[in-house]
Amino acid sequence: MSTNSTTVIRPPSPPGPVRWLKKNLFSTWYDTVLTILAIVFLYFVLKGVLSWVLFTANWAPVINSPKLFAVGQYPPEQLWRVGTILFMVSFLFGLSWRVWGGTVRTFALALVVAFSIMALLPISMDLKLRIGFLANPILTFIGYQAGRTPIGKSRWVAMGWLLSFVLTILLLSGIEGINWLPKVETGLWGGLLLTFLLALVGIVASFPIGVLLALGRQSKLPVLKGFCVLFIEIVRGVPLVTILFMASIILPLFLPEGIRIDRVLRAMVGMTLFAAAYMAENIRGGLQAIPVGQIEAAKAVGLNNFQAMGLIVLPQALRLVIPTIVGQFIALFMDTTLAAIVGLLELLAIGRAVLESNVEWKLLNMEVYLFIAVIFWVFNYAMSYASRRLEVALGVGER
Amino acid sequence: MKQDSHIQVITRSSIPLWRDERVIQGIAQVISAVLVIGFMIFFVSNVFQAANDRGLSLSYDFVKESAGFPLAESVIPYDESQSFGYAFLIGILNTIKAAVVGILLATALGTVAALARLSSNWLVSKIASVYIEIVRNIPLLVQLFIWYFAVFQNLPIVKESIQWPGHIYLSQRGVYLPAPVPTQTFGGWIAFVVGGIVLSIILRVALGRYQLKTGRATYPVATALAVLLIAPVLGWFLVGASPLAADIPVIGKFNFDGGTRLTIEYAALLAGLVIYTGAFIAEVVRAGIMAVDRGQFEAARAVGLSGMQVLRLIVFPQAMRVIIPPLISQYLNLTKNSSLAIAVGYPDMFFVGRTIINQAGSAVPVFSMVMAVYLSISLTTSVLMNIYNRRIQLVER
Repeated sequence: MSTNSTTVIRPPSPPGPVRWLKKNLFSTWYDTVLTILAIVFLYFVLKGVLSWVLFTANWAPVINSPKLFAVGQYPPEQLWRVGTILFMVSFLFGLSWRVWGGTVRTFALALVVAFSIMALLPISMDLKLRIGFLANPILTFIGYQAGRTPIGKSRWVAMGWLLSFVLTILLLSGIEGINWLPKVETGLWGGLLLTFLLALVGIVASFPIGVLLALGRQSKLPVLKGFCVLFIEIVRGVPLVTILFMASIILPLFLPEGIRIDRVLRAMVGMTLFAAAYMAENIRGGLQAIPVGQIEAAKAVGLNNFQAMGLIVLPQALRLVIPTIVGQFIALFMDTTLAAIVGLLELLAIGRAVLESNVEWKLLNMEVYLFIAVIFWVFNYAMSYASRRLEVALGVGER
Repeated sequence: MKQDSHIQVITRSSIPLWRDERVIQGIAQVISAVLVIGFMIFFVSNVFQAANDRGLSLSYDFVKESAGFPLAESVIPYDESQSFGYAFLIGILNTIKAAVVGILLATALGTVAALARLSSNWLVSKIASVYIEIVRNIPLLVQLFIWYFAVFQNLPIVKESIQWPGHIYLSQRGVYLPAPVPTQTFGGWIAFVVGGIVLSIILRVALGRYQLKTGRATYPVATALAVLLIAPVLGWFLVGASPLAADIPVIGKFNFDGGTRLTIEYAALLAGLVIYTGAFIAEVVRAGIMAVDRGQFEAARAVGLSGMQVLRLIVFPQAMRVIIPPLISQYLNLTKNSSLAIAVGYPDMFFVGRTIINQAGSAVPVFSMVMAVYLSISLTTSVLMNIYNRRIQLVER
């Protein structure tokens, strides 16, 4: 047996750029044709888009009305409330970063970078606003440090988030009779603020309703089950626009004479009912994934029906559907644009209003709507990235 | 005997009424029914109250009244003197027109994008993923606004129309396309087409039976498809003169002569729906193709099936099982999303419904009609889907 001592088995060397090109772009003759066509296509598209964005487009409406896009017609002297809410969120993100880590860290860092960029933008800006933006990253780090103290418990952080949601609504609407916190009509809420608020209220308020509907649909009681199925299927069977119109035109008829609810609240009711039906189906998916053995085991150790559901099944089922709920939040965030059709001044409708506010801007549709599209894209892409990370972190896909 | 009755007595007395599962369930049902029905009575009585107090009409009599409003486009002839009910029918037809054409185009676009994304060509795959990632993360309504207000409304006037190859003209007046016009020989050609369809069905069934009986390959599907394709082509040449002539649009003084016209509202709605839904369909198709295990392909080759047979008999049926359910739900989404036509002014069912409410003032009846149509579309589809799913479900041990 002659062993050749010079023979060394090496792992295959990583392909060089030329081999990579040959393998991925020019492997066959039609591959080459495709590549060339794609390059020509890309050249014309990029050239057209870049020259339009940099030279032809007139970005005046976008640059001149940042406040409108951000908060609509919210009274300027009350804007500190929006600032406070942002501070709250920044602090909570810092806290959650320390306590939960993982995906939250990515988000907290993204928030820090975003606010730092806002604070350092080289455009004329009120100094107070600039300092306000700068305070946000600092608050995130304070929150991160605060995570070491006794409040850095998962339970407290979750309660903090819930509390911040209630505080946000209270702060924005104000309370009648309090001098330093006068009531702000919901008609003045607008822009990105209203877009976020509609989606958040929709998802938060639809959650308990969705859980009840899902449990009702799983129930053995035919009457209860029937009603739940009826509600879910009707809502899922019609477009959101019809539900929003129902909420804005017909809901007032359903209520007794004396009760009036304003336009924004009506849209929120519509969004919530719509989201609840989809939420119910998502949660049902989670419930069905829990094996029957879990309930049987719970009963065997002496828990009753409610305890088995509340302590054993629901916690596991809800954990499974967290990524789906994030996905639903993204969908709802996009669906808030439909509120523009029933006359709410959310981001898209603000774009419309900005275009009409100045005769010279009347024809700048592309600039304004593209700007809105980019805003939506950035938020949605970030959120779907987070949702994918979350899925990995929770190990949902592995079971 | 004695013991038995003794046991029964004990079990009966050991469960008090308020802990008997059946009693609890019965009470829970009654309570929930009373609650829900109570709410409904409360709402409905409020509606009647409001109808009384504010003179709101709840009857469906308005459908026979004259509509008195024009509609920008309709599939079948319509004028203002016709009834509200007829106008609503026009709306339904317009919804179907947008949905059906949208579904066909979106499926084509989605399939191409999915194949491109799976392509081994790096550049092609990246272009497809950029398209999908951009389009899926921007709300449909924003895209519709871009298409309608920023693209189609900014098209040049008729005289300076943009001309695309194939006699397609784009202008503010709409998109003009060549239209096929039947000539004298059209009837003869249709006879060939119908004959081809009948013959191909007969062949498909007969050859299929023969193959089952004898085990000899007779290629029933391929033969039927070939007949289906050859018959119209053969007929085209055999009837003498061409059975169809193209009616090409020509720029006139203020407008086009000839051709068919798509309004910019319809074109914008279609562009928005197709490009948006196409991205979602692409993901559905990609997931379906990737769901078929590579081992399936290899095993099929190992038992001696040819490349085409592997695709037709192994990969395709399995991919379809994964693709069809989410694909149908995308089709339903597109149909429901076509209600956004109201934002660009295309007179679909929802738009017409809104107009009727403005004119006749009967919001509740009109809304019930609109929702009934959407619901019947959705529910019919989901019933059919369930039947289909049960048929193709994997039978497991």
